[in-house]
Amino acid sequence: MSTSSSPRTTTRLVWKLADDISTDVIYPGRYMATVLPSETPQYAFADLAALNKALVTGEIPRGSAIVAGKNFGCGSSREQAASTLKGHDLVIIARGFARIFLQNAINLGLRTIVCPEIDGEAGDELEIFEDRVVNRTSGNSFPTVPLPRSRQAIIDAGGLIAYTKQRLMGLMGPMGPMGLMGGPTP
Amino acid sequence: MGMTIAEKILARASGRASVTAGDVVEPRVDLAMSHENAALVINQFLEIYEGTGREARVWDPAKIAIIFDHRVPAESAKTATNQKKIRDFVAAQGIGKFHDIRADQGGICHQILPESGYVLPGAVVVGTDSHTTTHGALGAFAFGIGATEMASVWALGIALNIEVPETIKVIVNGTLPELVSAKDLILHTIGRLTAEGANYKVLEFHGEAIRNMTTSGRLVLCNMAVEAGATAGIVPPDAETLRYLHDVAHVRGTITLVRPDADAVYSQTIEIDCSQLTYQIACPHTVDNVKPLSEIEGTAIDQIVIGSCTNGRADDLAVAASILSGRKIARGVRMLVFPASWRIYDEALKRGVIADLIGAGAVVMNPGCGCCLGVHQGALGDGEVALSTTNRNFLGRMGNPKAKVYLCSPAVAAASALTGRISRPPQGVKNDEHFEFPSHDNQACLEAC
Repeated sequence: MSTSSSPRTTTRLVWKLADDISTDVIYPGRYMATVLPSETPQYAFADLAALNKALVTGEIPRGSAIVAGKNFGCGSSREQAASTLKGHDLVIIARGFARIFLQNAINLGLRTIVCPEIDGEAGDELEIFEDRVVNRTSGNSFPTVPLPRSRQAIIDAGGLIAYTKQRLMGLMGPMGPMGLMGGPTP
Repeated sequence: MGMTIAEKILARASGRASVTAGDVVEPRVDLAMSHENAALVINQFLEIYEGTGREARVWDPAKIAIIFDHRVPAESAKTATNQKKIRDFVAAQGIGKFHDIRADQGGICHQILPESGYVLPGAVVVGTDSHTTTHGALGAFAFGIGATEMASVWALGIALNIEVPETIKVIVNGTLPELVSAKDLILHTIGRLTAEGANYKVLEFHGEAIRNMTTSGRLVLCNMAVEAGATAGIVPPDAETLRYLHDVAHVRGTITLVRPDADAVYSQTIEIDCSQLTYQIACPHTVDNVKPLSEIEGTAIDQIVIGSCTNGRADDLAVAASILSGRKIARGVRMLVFPASWRIYDEALKRGVIADLIGAGAVVMNPGCGCCLGVHQGALGDGEVALSTTNRNFLGRMGNPKAKVYLCSPAVAAASALTGRISRPPQGVKNDEHFEFPSHDNQACLEAC
C-alpha cells in the first residue's frame, strides 16, 4: 500500500483543457450508437481533432495525464465518455468533476483525481501521491480531494461490476465487507 | 432535526427513520428508466451474472421502463440492431413499461414517464439519462446514472452507496410577466448558480410562482436542474400535482404527498422575484452563459428548434402556434418541431396547433431526442446558428462543432422564426398554459384532491 511519501504514479501531462468540458466534447452524441468499451476509444475528443489524432495514433502514450479545469464531464450520463478515456488508459486530473461522470469513471475504473488547484503545462512531469499531485517540472505541489467516501467500496472491489457481483453473491454487506458497517440492506 | 424532501424520500426508501445530508444510503428503487442505451446496460447486466452460476433475471420487471426516443425510427443498421436486442431482452425478461416506436405509445422518455403515471410523489427514480431530474416535478427523487450503475440496479433493486445530497432552496416569488416562462426562469437560475453551482446538490423549488405553475412548467425547471450540476430538482407536490396525476396521467388510488419539514436544513437559499424577469437566452457554448434577450437581440439564426424533453409539451407548441398562426417564418430560416410525445402530437393535431405550425412553414417531426443531441436529423451546417428550446448548447451538440446553439423559450423561438433573428415575442398573444389534454372528469379530480 502506498504512503503519502512515495508516489503512486509518475506520469506526464500531455494535454490541458479548460473548465466545463462536456461529455459532448469528450464523446460526441453522434457516436453514441457505439457502446462497446473496445470500440469507443477511437472517438475520444472527436471534435478536438488534434487531441483525438494524438490519442488514436498512439502519439500520446498510455498512462498519460490530461489536466482539466472545473466541472469536467458535465452534461450527459453517457458512459462512453468514461470508457473512451479508459480505453487510452488516461489519468484525468481536474479541478472538479461533474457528478455522473465521476461516478461512471469510478464504476469503470478510469483513474480520476480531484485536484482543485492543479496547474501545469503540456510536457510537465507529474507525481501522484495519496494526498497531492506534485508537478516535478514546476516544482509546485497541489493537494487532492479524496473521492467520495461512499464510492470507496466500489473502488476497492475494482469497479462496479465486480462489486455488484460480490453483493449479489452475498460476499459484501452494504458499503463494505459484511460486518464493518452493519448488517444487510434493510 | 427537520428533513428536506430528498432526505425524507431517501430515508423512507432506505428503511430509516431519518437521514441527513452526507449519510450514505442504499435506497430501494421504485422506477428504473433507460432508452436506447439499455443496449449497454444489457451487456453490463449480463457481465454481472457471468461466473456467478445464477440466472440473469432483473429484480422486478414491473419497475423497469424502457423508451425508444434517441434515434427513432432507427437512423442506421447499428441502432436498429441495438433496438432489436433491447426488444428481445424486454420480451425475455417480461419488462412491462416498454414504449416502442409506435404512435399509440411512443415519445420522449421524460414525457412518457409522467404522462403514463409511472412517477409518483415520494418515489426514487433512476434513469440512464442526465435529464432524469425532470421527474422531481412530481415530487419524486429522480437522478441520472450511467449504464453500469443501471445494470447494478437491475440486478439488486437498490441504488448502491448513495450519499444523501445537500439541498439548495430556491424561492421564486411574484408572478411571471406575460409570455415569460418557466424556461426563462430556469435559464436565469442556472446563470446565477453556474454550471457547477449545484453539483452534488438538490434544487428544491418553492414560492408563489412555483405554486401557481402548472406541472408542464415544473417539468421544465426540474429537467434543467442538471444544467446547474444538480443531482435532482424537486417541487414539493401539491394540489396541482394531484390534478396532473389524476387528469393527465390517469392515476387512481391514494397518493401520499411527501413535503419538506418546516425546519429542514438547506445548504443555501436563493430568492428570485420573477415579476422582474425578462426573456433569457443561454449563449454558446455553456448553459450558464445566460444573457437577457435584449443583449443579443437581432442575432441572425439559420435553424429554429422547438421540442425535446424540455419544451416539447402541449403548452409549448400552443404558444408557438399562437405566435405563428396565419404568418410565415422568415425566408432562409428552417424551423423544426419535435413534440415530446405522440399523445401531445395527437392532441396538437386535433386542436389545430400542428396546422398553424405547418402553415407557417415549420417542419413537424416525430417525437424524439435526435436533433437535440445531434444524432438523428436536424444537424447544423458549418458556421450555422440555431436557436432552440432544448436544454444544451455545448460545442458540437447539434452534430457540428463548427456551429452555434442558443437556448430559449418556445415563445422566443417562434417570434425569432418570423424575423430570422433573435427577437422578443409580440405582446397580446394568447398564452394558454393550461392547454394540455382533455380533462374528462374534473369533478372526480376535485373530490380526489
